[in-house]
Amino acid sequence: MTLRLYVPRDAGAVAVGADEVAAALEQAAAKRGTAVEIVRTGSRGLYWLEPMVEVSSPRGRIAFGPLGPADAPSVLEAAISGGHHPLELGLTEEIPFLKRQTRLTFARCGVIDPRSLDDYRTHGGYKGLKRALTLGRDAILAEVAASGLRGRGGAGFPTGIKWKTVADTSADRKYIVCNADEGDSGTFADRMIMEGDPFLVIEGMTIAAIAVGASKGYIYIRSEYPHAVEAMRSAISAARGAGYLGRRIGDSSPSFDLEVRVGAGAYVCGEETSLLESLEGRRGIVRAKPPLPAHKGLFGRPTVINNVLSFAAIPFILSEGAKAYADFGMGRSRGTVPIQLAGNIRYGGLFETAFGVTLGELVDDIGGGTFTGRPVRAAQVGGPLGAYFPRSLFDTPFDYEAFAARDGLIGHGGIVVFDDSIDMARQARFAMEFCALESCGKCTPCRIGSTRGVETIEKIIRGERVAENLAVVEDLCNTMKFGSLCALGGFTPYPVMSALKHFREDFGSTPARLDAAE
Amino acid sequence: MTSPYEPWEETRGAEIISEHSHREGATLVILQALQEAFGYVPEPAITMVASELNLSRAEVFGVFTFYHDFRKEPAGRHVLKLCRAEACQAAGCDALVARAEVKLGIGIGDTTPDARVTFEPVYCLGLCATAPSAMLDGRVVGRLDAARIDALIAEAQR
Repeated sequence: MTLRLYVPRDAGAVAVGADEVAAALEQAAAKRGTAVEIVRTGSRGLYWLEPMVEVSSPRGRIAFGPLGPADAPSVLEAAISGGHHPLELGLTEEIPFLKRQTRLTFARCGVIDPRSLDDYRTHGGYKGLKRALTLGRDAILAEVAASGLRGRGGAGFPTGIKWKTVADTSADRKYIVCNADEGDSGTFADRMIMEGDPFLVIEGMTIAAIAVGASKGYIYIRSEYPHAVEAMRSAISAARGAGYLGRRIGDSSPSFDLEVRVGAGAYVCGEETSLLESLEGRRGIVRAKPPLPAHKGLFGRPTVINNVLSFAAIPFILSEGAKAYADFGMGRSRGTVPIQLAGNIRYGGLFETAFGVTLGELVDDIGGGTFTGRPVRAAQVGGPLGAYFPRSLFDTPFDYEAFAARDGLIGHGGIVVFDDSIDMARQARFAMEFCALESCGKCTPCRIGSTRGVETIEKIIRGERVAENLAVVEDLCNTMKFGSLCALGGFTPYPVMSALKHFREDFGSTPARLDAAE
Repeated sequence: MTSPYEPWEETRGAEIISEHSHREGATLVILQALQEAFGYVPEPAITMVASELNLSRAEVFGVFTFYHDFRKEPAGRHVLKLCRAEACQAAGCDALVARAEVKLGIGIGDTTPDARVTFEPVYCLGLCATAPSAMLDGRVVGRLDAARIDALIAEAQR
């Protein structure tokens, strides 16, 4: 009997040696004369255990990790004989980090071969589309609205309303655009799902196309994600080959086809209107809204533009029903959210769970604190534009409104953990620096404000007129927050102000005393 | 040392441009294809793209300068990118950048005088749970420490 081994091809696993491990396993098997089949999957998202190899057994898959190439022969031996191995982790599904999750969107990620359409269908793929076709447009829109799904890119706008607006707008053609410009540090869920379950994204976009009557879709992936680009392109061509793209699907829709476009290293292109400009082949300059992309989007046509995770949530909602999804969550945040634990953290990875889990549970309990072993001092939630939370706010539940109430945002669900060696004044300066580097330049508060912000925070760090300069920074942040055209300038104040508010002691406390002496 | 790229040649450039010019919003796609072939976007190509797409030279030049990825001259033979975003900062990337600058004898953003290595910052490779991370010529590397960065630099300098 051929022994089946699963080794991730996810970029995060490859970065720590998964390819070398796969090669070593193959070599060890050949040497031993054992027939093995190595299936390259996505990652389960337990990154501290990567490269993690799974072996099929009658009881289920058994995991080993983290493996180096040198461990391959002994792991293979243990897999065959059923003997004990120091790197054995037991049944994958029983690993606590995984067992505690509610995987609706990431159910197949790390389980199936992302290049195999058959594998996708065997594991429940395209069930959502099948039901969508029996429902028809109006019922699909009603289902998405009833699920309570809100844009997972960060803004949290209700997906059902967005789709309905596009459906109700008449035009000669409409577009579906998937925002896969996942530029926020500390986030990697889009990358993982595109690499680990690309057909899911295609299915979600196809359902959107049917619901609004769109004929063409684009997936805009950042150039820093070459593995995701390759995975999506190969899945699109497989879906096209099997008749899931490029022809009429059902009877009420026009034909729908998809294309991957690659970004060119501009963070601001993650902003939806900047992304549309970029797709049109121009500088990624943010557009003023209105008009909304739902009315006048790509090439002036009505456009559904959603994040990867929003589209990826759709097939479940359609196959299992809106209620099954909405039953999870709290308040107006329904369903599950794929949270990404990153930075200086012991158990880093992807944790999909219902809304409502607290930041403290995520960082301390699930994430296990820092990998350096030092105390956690801060967690930045929601990427470079998200606030820094001190330990005293770790009781905040993961919910759009709860985070907003504490001057933060959940953004794309990334959490970056820092230990007590972090200097928060430097982090505040970096936030301004990053904004200055990536500003599209259209609006003054963002373009000039960020540069002035860097200069002023540097003065504070040098101890120059600290109190006055702190007032300037606050004033700048206020102008940027309320005067910027998009979230880049508008949200950069979140990391800056949260650092100032919660970690004031890092902002020139000694020089402040000097000020008083002057 | 042979370059992985073709030398700039006008007819080859024209061929690449016309291959993509029919696509919706073609400018970015064409510039990317040119850079993929030649390793940078040669200046004469900007004028050619403009004329093919019926745009002004300024418009195409504006697109070219907006995006961090485009190069106006060839990079070094190897490109080493080190992530400097928050998750990697939390895991100590700043010390690794300083170490690499000393080993390479150049600042981040520069190319070594022998044109072997271009050393660049990148803001997030999406490998934030195995930080700090880097990319050497398209190959991703995570859980960097002093030994690993030294090995990457040695590989790039070979």
